[in-house]
Amino acid sequence: MSADVTKAEHTPGEPVAGVAEGAPATPSAAHAGGPPVGGVAAARQGGLAGFLSSPAGRSAGLVIALVLLVVVGIVTAGDRFASPDNALTILRLGATIGVVSVGMTFVISGGGIDLSVGAIVALSSVWATTVATQTMAANYHWVVMVFAAVAVGAACGLVNGVLVAYGRIAPFIVTLAMLAAARGLAELIAKRRTQIVRERGFIDFFGGSVLGIPVLVIMFAVVAAIGWVLLNRTTFGRRTLAIGGNPEAARLAGIRVQRQTMYLYILLGIACGIAAVMIMARTTTGTSTHGQLYELDAIAAVVIGGTLLSGGRGTVVGTVLGVLIFTTLSNVFTLNNLDTSTQAVAKGAIIVAAVLLQQRVSRTRST
Amino acid sequence: MTNVVKRFPGVVALGGVDLDVLPGEVHCLLGQNGAGKSTLIKVLAGVHEADEGTIEWSGEEVTLHHPQAAMDLGVATMYQELDLVEGLTVAENIFLGHEPTRFGLSQRTAARRSAAALLGRLGHPEISPSVEVGTLSAASCQIVSMARALSRDARLIIMDEPSAVLDAGEVDQLFRVIREVTAQGVAVVYISHRLEEIREIGDRVTVLKDGRTVATGLDAKTTPTQDLIRLMTGRSIEYVFPPKPEVATDAEPVLRVEGLARTGEFDAVSFDVRPGEVVGLAGLVGSGRSEIVETIFGARRATTGTVRVGGKTVRPGSVAAAVAAGIGLCPEERKSQALVLGASLASNITLATLPRFSRGGLLDGSAEVEAAEELLESLDVRPRGVHRESRTLSGGNQQKVVLARWLLRGCKVLLLDEPTRGVDVGARSEIYALIRRLTDEGVAVVVVSSEIPEVLGLANRVLVLADRTVRHEGPADELDEHAVLDIILKGDAA
Repeated sequence: MSADVTKAEHTPGEPVAGVAEGAPATPSAAHAGGPPVGGVAAARQGGLAGFLSSPAGRSAGLVIALVLLVVVGIVTAGDRFASPDNALTILRLGATIGVVSVGMTFVISGGGIDLSVGAIVALSSVWATTVATQTMAANYHWVVMVFAAVAVGAACGLVNGVLVAYGRIAPFIVTLAMLAAARGLAELIAKRRTQIVRERGFIDFFGGSVLGIPVLVIMFAVVAAIGWVLLNRTTFGRRTLAIGGNPEAARLAGIRVQRQTMYLYILLGIACGIAAVMIMARTTTGTSTHGQLYELDAIAAVVIGGTLLSGGRGTVVGTVLGVLIFTTLSNVFTLNNLDTSTQAVAKGAIIVAAVLLQQRVSRTRST
Repeated sequence: MTNVVKRFPGVVALGGVDLDVLPGEVHCLLGQNGAGKSTLIKVLAGVHEADEGTIEWSGEEVTLHHPQAAMDLGVATMYQELDLVEGLTVAENIFLGHEPTRFGLSQRTAARRSAAALLGRLGHPEISPSVEVGTLSAASCQIVSMARALSRDARLIIMDEPSAVLDAGEVDQLFRVIREVTAQGVAVVYISHRLEEIREIGDRVTVLKDGRTVATGLDAKTTPTQDLIRLMTGRSIEYVFPPKPEVATDAEPVLRVEGLARTGEFDAVSFDVRPGEVVGLAGLVGSGRSEIVETIFGARRATTGTVRVGGKTVRPGSVAAAVAAGIGLCPEERKSQALVLGASLASNITLATLPRFSRGGLLDGSAEVEAAEELLESLDVRPRGVHRESRTLSGGNQQKVVLARWLLRGCKVLLLDEPTRGVDVGARSEIYALIRRLTDEGVAVVVVSSEIPEVLGLANRVLVLADRTVRHEGPADELDEHAVLDIILKGDAA
């Protein structure tokens, strides 16, 4: 679960892949003291199949896929692709969905699913850009807007979590209901109009760069790093994987399964709130149409990253790589003037291929 | 069938079983839990394939490598765990897998009509073929299961404890149907723990013990009860139990259970366990023994009664509270209830102790691995390797990992539900020695086991359960296997 990070460092210095180092760089430093889990597993099973089934190998597969995409990008689009500006564009685009995907990794690792993330992003963005909130922000500080977005996200996550954990309703149903309700509420509040962010301070801060790296990208990197530590190096993460792997065993070991489940949805809600802030900064608007199909993009990134859809195993590094693969893919397609419909077909194919591979791998593991 | 052998990884479930069943007879299988009855019928039903030995059907040797192959021959099985699909109707369940069809379309009306006819024949015309099985009572489900077996025009029907969920009237009804089908030349293999049932319906008896046939072709009506019990109990494998030290009778009990009951699962039970004492719960599957320990552990909420540890009442219905009070449970089903199979041994061991390895929320991975390694070493878990997935271990080693979890935690009270089920002989004695080591340190232990010698060999005091009620409580020294079986079987008769 940890050695996968070391692989990410082997990426060649291509612009895109080069920045890919940026995201997981912090985690790999944190990993340095840990035991070589993946290495042991790979050595034991031996052979290519054994290596690919180890956590390091799985991430290596993703890195190879990403490198291939970069090569295709350079060959087909040349300098337009291989420029620092384009690399930052890819990262800026991937950052928002990336933050949501990191949160989604936790919910899925814990044996759940959340279909309402896009709607929560929309509602958070609308709430944070209402006249009332912006007036308050103008009177005090633009942080009020950030607080509003995150609080709305957390509240939605709380509702999801309580209904799933204590109401014992299937997460699919609960979050499907939240998907409808949150977007509906966003439309009611915004009266289907686009609300403009008027706070200069907000736009300047989140739209800016530090040392040439956009703040949005830094936010993504920080969220990914925190997510990695949380999942791999804390009791919270261990409990998450335990309730996803075998909720009954976790319960009989004294873990409060319901409470932990609720926390996971709140965590994802907070991630959605952060994503809302990022999307507000990028578009300088808040609208009920933000975050369309985020649920599908996030689940796709998590699943191709190697997190088990049935829970019990999760990888933040894989999720980050999954997000980068999808964002780079659409960038390459756009640069080659291929329409979004073609992109969607390619995306579908990639998801199926990745899951097929994952199944084969898990079959070799179980036998 | 002759000399059938079935091995599972690490365990030989059947070690040479002979059985011959004649047309039109009711052949009873008798044996204690774990004697191999269920495995045997699964081999007959084609669920498991025999590793050795031959099965002959009407004089011809056959291999049953798939349930469908057994069904095609005319073997129908009614399993102990009902195998009905809850969301389908009664008729759909009865004809599942062999629906009457015409031109590829299923004939729903025909199916309903035949289902109604079958249920009528079973004396249960009140069960409607078009209701969903999920809405039926356990007894009605048993009838539907029976109708399913009949619908296949079976020549051999295997019934695994069909009477367990039936009341006296329903059992009579079942026997009437059995007599009816055997009169038509159908053979029945009948499994039951109730001797009086075997006397009433059975023709011949085969006794299994430790996966072997110890007697076959006994007359069901005339063989004395004492002989049957002796055959069931005489052990071929002698387990080595460590000596039991005296428990100070004046010591304050660590665990005090008072009037604990759960409606429909077990009647009020009260007992104390003192430091260093082992209390055993003996009883058959379904006697309420697992439910009792799970209720003590808070995994089930007690209807009435209290559990106290060291004088303090434990908040009912909360596992976390029970664990905080110092109770640990090694549950009956290791794989589904105890282990996160895809996770490493280390993280399985530390699952109940995570806060200890956490500094400000961050896990100290190396301390965790160190603690786990130490335990795996001292318990001699093989193969070694704290990072190994727990699914790769054998039953005995998995059990040691579950024990290690609570050893690490340092419990005052340890509840062990079937600690040696699916555990090979070598690991058994290690687990027994470990239990002794714990009691020497003053831990109070409650052991549940289907194997009466195990309960008697480990426990200082024994509670014998039958029909969800405590029938007897007393020192283990004053009981032997026959006496316990006697209490259990007579209790059933009462």
